[in-house]
Amino acid sequence: MSTTQHLIAWDDVLASYDPALGLEVHVELNTRSKMFCGCPTEFGAEPNTQVCPTCLGLPGALPVVNRKAVESAIRIGLALNCDIAEWCRFARKNYFYPDMPKNFQTSQYDEPICFEGFMQVTVPGEDGADETVRVEIERAHMEEDTGKSLHVGGATGRIQGADHSLVDYNRAGIPLIEIVTKPITGMGERAPLVAKAYVSQLRDLIVALGVSDARMDQGSIRADVNLSLSPRGAGTLGPRTEPKNVNSLRSVERAVRYEMQRHAGVLDAGDSILQETRHWHEDTGVTTSGREKSDADDYRYFPEPDLVPVAPSREWVEELRGTLPENPTLKRARLQQDWGFTDLEMRDTVGAGAFGLVEDTVAAGAAPQAARKWWLGEMARRANDTGVEIAELGVSPLDVAAVQALVDSGSINDKLARQVFDGLLAGEGTPEEIIAARGLAIVSDEGALGAAVDAAIAANPAVADKIRDGKVAAAGALIGAVMKEMRGQADAGRVRELILEKLN
Amino acid sequence: MNTILTQSAADLSAALAAGETTSVELTGACLERIAEVDGAVHAFLHVDAEGALAEAAASDARRAAGSPAHALDGVPIAVKDVLATEGLPTTCGSAILRGWLPPYDATVVARLKAAGLPILGKTNMDEFAMGSSTEHSAYGPTHNPWDLDRIPGGSGGGSAAAVAAFEAPLALGTDTGGSIRQPGAVTGTVGVKPTYGGVSRYGLVAMASSLDQVGPVTRTVLDAALLHELIGGHDPRDSTSVDQPLPGLVAAARRGASGALAGVRIGVVKELGGKGYQDGVLVRFTEALDLLVAAGAEVVEVSCPHFVHALAAYYLIMPSEASSNLAKFDAMRYGLRVLPEHVEDPSAEDVMRASRDAGFGDEVKRRIILGTYALSSGYYDAYYGQAQKVRTLIARDFEQAFGVADVLVSPTAPTTAFKLGEKLDDPIEMYLNDLATIPANLAGVPGISVPSGLADEDGLPAGFQVLAPALADDRCYRVGAALEAALREKWGGPLLDQAPSLTAASRNTTGASA
Repeated sequence: MSTTQHLIAWDDVLASYDPALGLEVHVELNTRSKMFCGCPTEFGAEPNTQVCPTCLGLPGALPVVNRKAVESAIRIGLALNCDIAEWCRFARKNYFYPDMPKNFQTSQYDEPICFEGFMQVTVPGEDGADETVRVEIERAHMEEDTGKSLHVGGATGRIQGADHSLVDYNRAGIPLIEIVTKPITGMGERAPLVAKAYVSQLRDLIVALGVSDARMDQGSIRADVNLSLSPRGAGTLGPRTEPKNVNSLRSVERAVRYEMQRHAGVLDAGDSILQETRHWHEDTGVTTSGREKSDADDYRYFPEPDLVPVAPSREWVEELRGTLPENPTLKRARLQQDWGFTDLEMRDTVGAGAFGLVEDTVAAGAAPQAARKWWLGEMARRANDTGVEIAELGVSPLDVAAVQALVDSGSINDKLARQVFDGLLAGEGTPEEIIAARGLAIVSDEGALGAAVDAAIAANPAVADKIRDGKVAAAGALIGAVMKEMRGQADAGRVRELILEKLN
Repeated sequence: MNTILTQSAADLSAALAAGETTSVELTGACLERIAEVDGAVHAFLHVDAEGALAEAAASDARRAAGSPAHALDGVPIAVKDVLATEGLPTTCGSAILRGWLPPYDATVVARLKAAGLPILGKTNMDEFAMGSSTEHSAYGPTHNPWDLDRIPGGSGGGSAAAVAAFEAPLALGTDTGGSIRQPGAVTGTVGVKPTYGGVSRYGLVAMASSLDQVGPVTRTVLDAALLHELIGGHDPRDSTSVDQPLPGLVAAARRGASGALAGVRIGVVKELGGKGYQDGVLVRFTEALDLLVAAGAEVVEVSCPHFVHALAAYYLIMPSEASSNLAKFDAMRYGLRVLPEHVEDPSAEDVMRASRDAGFGDEVKRRIILGTYALSSGYYDAYYGQAQKVRTLIARDFEQAFGVADVLVSPTAPTTAFKLGEKLDDPIEMYLNDLATIPANLAGVPGISVPSGLADEDGLPAGFQVLAPALADDRCYRVGAALEAALREKWGGPLLDQAPSLTAASRNTTGASA
């Protein structure tokens, strides 16, 4: 661990420096087989069970390109408004590391399959309304993942201090698409938000395309954020650092903010930034020095002689263009209008990861505001309590729509609905079954209600007199008593009506 | 010597079909011959007597049941040790792979097995196929059956010597810059480098992926065609394999053997001859050319001006690819592992360094260093990039030459077999041996080497090379077979009839034992 860093106050950073961002996002494709062999790609299998001579790099074995991976790469490129190469090659990136079976990674170098694209990224503006930032995409290229090293015996699980290391090659050869932006400049204080919004919207795009599981926590989307500062107005690019291990959207934002403050501290002290990777510590919110990364790193790239060039026909590219889903950003704008959400409501919905859930809940018949209320309120609270994403809570949009329909029909109220969700999460069956089993339905038996109202009037004569005198507002106390007696299973509106009828 | 041993694979195939012999008898005879002479020749690194005899018995059972798997079912074969054989050691002639047992078969090996050819064993080679003399094997050199003090060519000296010494009727070799054809020339045997992509490279431990090809090593042109047709053709596991049927190679060999070459235009490559070529080699070449003219061929002289740069381009491209291909030998997953001396708690990198230092021979290290340098940032354009341009120009030279000639011819190697140790200290001298064979690898075109006779000055075999356009391998077989037929008529039999008996010599020579 390096020594404590001197951080500069945020406003002072912005007063003196312009940040420049560069993002490299690795997307692990969800193809059934690996990039260059037929091995399965399932996550979490026993170590070294999804391997063959090719992905183990055994002597003599050869790669064959997975056409489905090329298809996914092209679809990603098209969705990012890229040009698709008519002809491109793979290249070997040569370096020695035990988790790389051949000691070279088969990747693409100066001939990426997708190049020169852009993405419109929505970020919150200064006045609260959304603004759109155009992020230029330099390239998206295909490559294979490496194996995974497991360092045993050290305190941190990192290589320093470990007794020995084990390597799992199941991941070796999993297809990756690396998406690289051009430098993003002129963002000022919005730089951390732009970084987060870009990764978030790129993830949404990948999900919409269906080409990856897109789980940051499982590493199926990995974001490397390059950051540099230059003196305000200089228009130059300073030395950059690259925080690694940035495994959540929140971390993307925090890591950029932290690095900006740290860079400013180093620069203010008259020192220079060492071009290096940094290790991001999610728990403490700091980065520590990683591996020095000079521009002179020599990977001795050369065209992969074991593979023939990839030359996607224009017909195929157009055919794939026809399979693109609606652009998530445009779709969001369309649905925001349909639903009548404010920018803030929409942003909260998206930020909570509930956009798709609300969409599906509305599609299942619920009113948009009701759907939003359930997902951002009750479900977000429960997810937060149990430490999971709301999408993984165990309640489906269909469930929420069904519960809301029961509320709309007056069968239950919001309070009872929460108990229905308890039942759903406990696996007690459908909402109707839970209502029946738990006896949650609102009592509409006028006899029972009437008796409860009579009892409440009898027990609170002073209150009853006030109501008789026209102080209708006092009815609340009697309603509360009746609801308590009915254990919440009454329609409060009907109770009020009955009280007023009887005391008129 | 058992007379069954001198027969061609085609004749053995006929004898097996006619029930005149059995695969067990034939395989047993080869194994006996190996036991008898391989101590002196050292063609084999590993002999699998048990496996070969079991496969022979299975073959005989198929023949008896009337359902042979292939015309060559039961004809034994030797396999160069650079091809992966499941459960059989595969070392590539290197200490770094000592004892490695591949868990899979190379596609060509799988095709041999499916056709029922018993695999006698694995043949010696220059380490990772880097060399022209088989002296760079970590397991000791192979000796030329014509003169045990001389080299058998390389890198596939083991396969060529095994066939020349009648230890096997057939063998597989690999050719990156001449490693099939040059050993063929100096041992008086036939060797073919197929069109690049014509034979699967899956399971061939790569030296230079864009140059390597597997091919037949035999005693006759027809045998080479039979074996080539068996191992060739598209393989979905090799992206660079050509997805179209092979031309009729056996038919071309038979047609050529009938002798008629009327209308065939033969181009003599001006740049592949003259200075640097041994007189006796040139004399045999010219005589062979006259025989082809007598058979009706028309001879034209062609110029391929960029061929003079072929060797230089080759020695940039090949080591560049090799430096990357050989990176995988790092002691992490298989092969030799050496712990560094005087290093406490060695890191993975320390172990890699020590193992590679101990496991690779000097020639391999030389080429890894060359290639690493040529690919380095700042040098790439000047070396690798420039070499690729030369490669394109050489391919264009071929295109133009094939515009005026159906095949191109040259001596296969500039000299006959040199003495063991003679060129070990001078890599450039060694590299010059591949002068005439390298252009075909750079351009991906096929070539055959056929014996042209014995050089007058040393009585050692010389080779005649026939090159054809990509995918026109059949032309090599047609012209090669015509020349073979004409020369045999002249000699009154195969050239190998004139080779010395090994049984007397073997007692006086100590070769490393299989």
